[in-house]
Amino acid sequence: MGDKIIVKNLDLFFDTLQALKSINLRIKTKEILSIIGPANSGKTTFLRTLNRLNELIPYAKLKGEVYLDGKDIYKEDISLPWLRRKVGMVFALPVPLPRTIFENIAYGPKLYGITSKAELTELVEKSLRAAFLWDEVKDRLNESALKLSGGQQQRLCIARTLALEPEVILLDEPCSGLDPISTAKIEEALHELKKEYTIVLVTNNTKQAARVADRVAFFLMGELVEYGQVEQIFTVPKDKRTEDYISGRFG
Amino acid sequence: MKYNERLIQSGLLITAFSTIAILILIGVFILKEGLPVILKVGIKDFICGVNWSPIEEQFGIFPMIMGSIWITAGALLFSLPLSLACAIYLAEFSTPKIGKILKPTIELLAGIPSVVYGFMGMVILFPLIRNYLGGPGPCILAASIILGIMILPTITSISIDSLQAVPYSYREGSLALGATRWQTVKMVVLPAARSGIIAGIILGVGRAVGETMAVIMIAGNAVIIPDSILDPVRTLTTNIALEMNFATGEHRQALFATGIVLFIVIMLLNIIANLIAKRKVITK
Amino acid sequence: MKIKPAFTEQIVKKILFISTAFTVLILLFIIFYILKNGLSVIDLEFLLTSPKELGRAGGIFPCIIGTILLPLIAIIIATPLGVGTAIYLTEYKREGRLTRIIRFGTECLAGVPSIIFGLFGFVLFVIYLGFGWSILSGGLTLAFMILPTIIRTSEEAIRAIPYSYREVSLSLGGTKWQTITRVVLPSALPGIVTGVILGIGRSVGETAAVIFTAGSSLRVPASLFDSCRTMAVHFYILAREGISMENAYGTAAILIIAILFINLVSYWLMHRFMAKFS
Ligand SMILES: Nc1ncnc2c1ncn2[C@@H]1O[C@H](COP(=O)(O)OP(=O)(O)OP(=O)(O)O)[C@@H](O)[C@H]1O
Ligand SMILES: [Mg+2]
Repeated sequence: MGDKIIVKNLDLFFDTLQALKSINLRIKTKEILSIIGPANSGKTTFLRTLNRLNELIPYAKLKGEVYLDGKDIYKEDISLPWLRRKVGMVFALPVPLPRTIFENIAYGPKLYGITSKAELTELVEKSLRAAFLWDEVKDRLNESALKLSGGQQQRLCIARTLALEPEVILLDEPCSGLDPISTAKIEEALHELKKEYTIVLVTNNTKQAARVADRVAFFLMGELVEYGQVEQIFTVPKDKRTEDYISGRFG
Repeated sequence: MKYNERLIQSGLLITAFSTIAILILIGVFILKEGLPVILKVGIKDFICGVNWSPIEEQFGIFPMIMGSIWITAGALLFSLPLSLACAIYLAEFSTPKIGKILKPTIELLAGIPSVVYGFMGMVILFPLIRNYLGGPGPCILAASIILGIMILPTITSISIDSLQAVPYSYREGSLALGATRWQTVKMVVLPAARSGIIAGIILGVGRAVGETMAVIMIAGNAVIIPDSILDPVRTLTTNIALEMNFATGEHRQALFATGIVLFIVIMLLNIIANLIAKRKVITK
Repeated sequence: MKIKPAFTEQIVKKILFISTAFTVLILLFIIFYILKNGLSVIDLEFLLTSPKELGRAGGIFPCIIGTILLPLIAIIIATPLGVGTAIYLTEYKREGRLTRIIRFGTECLAGVPSIIFGLFGFVLFVIYLGFGWSILSGGLTLAFMILPTIIRTSEEAIRAIPYSYREVSLSLGGTKWQTITRVVLPSALPGIVTGVILGIGRSVGETAAVIFTAGSSLRVPASLFDSCRTMAVHFYILAREGISMENAYGTAAILIIAILFINLVSYWLMHRFMAKFS
C-alpha cells in the first residue's frame, strides 16, 4: 500500500529549544502508526506538525517537508481549513465545546457549509456509531456535552473528528486519563476505524501500542530513534535505547 | 477565504485604534477652540491671572486652579485613611467570603451618580456646617467630604487588587518568623504593594480633579482664592460647566481653554499612574 | 512601657473593621435616605405624565424616555467598537508595543472627566457636525465615554475562555474568524454583556457629558435630532434650582433603583461567568 504521509528532514524549534530533530518518516495508507516515547520526547509536537497546529505558537519555527498524498502541506497555497479537515485531531484531554452533544459533532461540518438538518443528523449518528458512543447518548443528543463522563467525552471528541470525514486521524494519548473499560472501548473503535482511515496514535502506554498498532515509531528527546513493524520493535529492536525503553528501564 | 480573513483583521485593527483616535480628536477639538484665547491672553497670564471676569475680557484661572487643588487635597485627606483601611481590612483581615461581598458593595459607591452625591451634600452637610461651623454651607469642606467618598471606591478597589497580587509566600515568610498579621502587612505586604496603591491614589486624584456636577452643587462656586476650608471655591471643571450654557465668542473659548488645562493635568496623572503601575509588573 | 504586638493587632483590626463598616454605612445611608424620601412620590402618574411648570408638578415621563434612549444609542455604537478592540487585542495581536499603546489609550480615555466629554461632544456633534442638542449628540458622546469600560470587560471575558476551545475549533477546520464568532464570542457573551450593562449604568447616571450635548428639553422627543432631558439632568435641575424637592427625591429614587438593579445584574452575570471558567 502507498504512503499517505511522508515526512522529510523535519526540524522544529521553540525559540532556541529544538523539539524535533531531522525526522524522516513514512505513514502508510490505512495503517495505525503508534508513536511511543518518554515525556517531552516531542510526540505531541510531531503530531501537531501534521496538521500545522504548531503554527498557533508564534515562536515555533519549522524546517523540512511534510507531504500528504504527495502534496507539500507547508506550501503557500495550502488552505489550512482544508488541511485540518483532511487531517483530524483528537487531543490528550477531551475538550467538549460548551454546547449540546449534537452541536459538538455538527460543529465541523457546519463550518464548511453543511446546513441541511437531515444531512447533519445522519452525519452525527454515523460518527457517534463509529466512535462506539451512539447507544449511550442517542436519547440525549440535546443535552450539554459537558455532562458526559470523561471516557464518553473522549469518544465524543473522536466522533467530532470523524464527522469531518477526514482521511487521517491524529490521536494524542486519547486514553491517558481514562479507566480500563473506556480505554477498551476506544481501542475497539480504533480497530474498526483502521479499515477506513490512516491513524497516528501517540501513546505512552507501550502495551496499548502493542495491542492496536501496525507499526511503531519510537521518539526520544526529539529524535526518531527507530520505527518498524510492531512485532519487530517489541521483540528485536535494532537500537539499544528502544530496548531499554520497552523493557521499562527508563522513561 | 484568505482574503476575507485579511479584510477582517484590517477592520479590527482600525477598530482597535478607536480609543486613541477619540483621545486625539478630543485633544484636537478642545485645543482648536481654546488655544486662540490662551495665546491672546498669554499662557502665564491665563494660568496665573487672578481675575476671571468675562465681561471685561479678563481670563485668569488661577483661583480655579487653587480651588481644584484645595478640594482635591481635602478629598484625599478624607479618603486616604478610610480607603486604605477598607482595602487592608478586606484584603488581609476579613474572611474571603466577607471580602467577596463587601468589595463589590464598596465599588457600588462608584455607581451612584455624581448628582446624587452633590444632592446629599446639600441636604445633609449644609445644615451640619451651618449649625456647627457657621457660614451658609457651600464650601471647600463640604466638597472635600463628598469628593472623598466619591473617590473612595477607586482607591480601595485598586489597592485591594494590588494587595492581593502580593504572593502569598511573602506573608508566609514573615508569619513563620513569628510576626503578627499586622506586622506582616506593615512590613512586608504594604511595601510590596506600594506602587499599585500609589497608582490607585493617583487615579483617585484624577477622578477628584475631574468631578464636576457634585462639586457645582456644594462648593459655592465663588471665584476667590480661598484661605479657609469654609470658603466657597470654584474649580476648573465647575468653571466650565457653570458658564457653558450662556458663553459665546471669546468667553466660550476661555472655557475651552480651561478644558485644555484640565485635560493636560488629567493626561499627566494618567501617564504617571500608568508608569508606576507598569514598574510594579517589572519588579515582580 | 512597651505595647505587646498581639494587643496592637487587636486594636488595628478593630480600627480597620470600623472604617470598613463606616464606608458601607455611608453607602447604605445614601440609598436608604433617597429611597425613604423618594419612594412615596413615585406612582404611575409620576412615571407616565409629563412635567408641568418646569417640573414643579406632574411626572417625569419624557426624562424616562431620554434615560432609555441615550444609553441605548451609546451601547449600540460602543459595543461593536469595544468588542472589536477586545477581539483584536486578545486574538490577533501578541503582547507588544502595539497592544501596550492601545491599552494605554484605553486607560487614558477611561480617565478623561465627563465634563471634557461634554465639551468635546458639544463642539464635535452639536456645533461642528450640526446635530444640535439632540439624542444623537448625547448618545454618541456617551458612547465614547463608556467605550473603555466595554473594552476592558470584554477583553477580560475573552481571555477567560480556555485556549483549548480555540485549538479544537481550528483543528476541526475552522478559520480564525469562524472560531471567534462561533466559539469564543458565544462563550464570552455573559462577560461582554456585563461590560455593556456597566456602560448603561454609567450612562444612566451621567450628567455633565449629557447636559451639554443632549440639552434639557422637557418635551417627549420625536426624532434622534430632538433634544431631551435624562432623569439625572432633570434631578440636577430640580435640586439645584430648588424647583421641587419632592419631585427631585422621586426622580433620585428611580435613578438609585435603576443603578442598584443594573449593578446587581452585572455582578451576578460576571460572578456566574467567572465561576464557569475558572
Ligand atoms: N508550546 C511550547 N512552547 C515551548 N516549548 C514547548 C511547547 N510545547 C512543547 N514544548 C517543548 O518541546 C518538547 C517536546 O514536547 P512534547 O509536548 O512534544 O512532548 P511529548 O512527547 O508529547 O511529551 P508528553 O508525553 O509529556 O506529552 C518539550 O521539551 C517541551 O518542553
Ligand atoms: Mg504529549
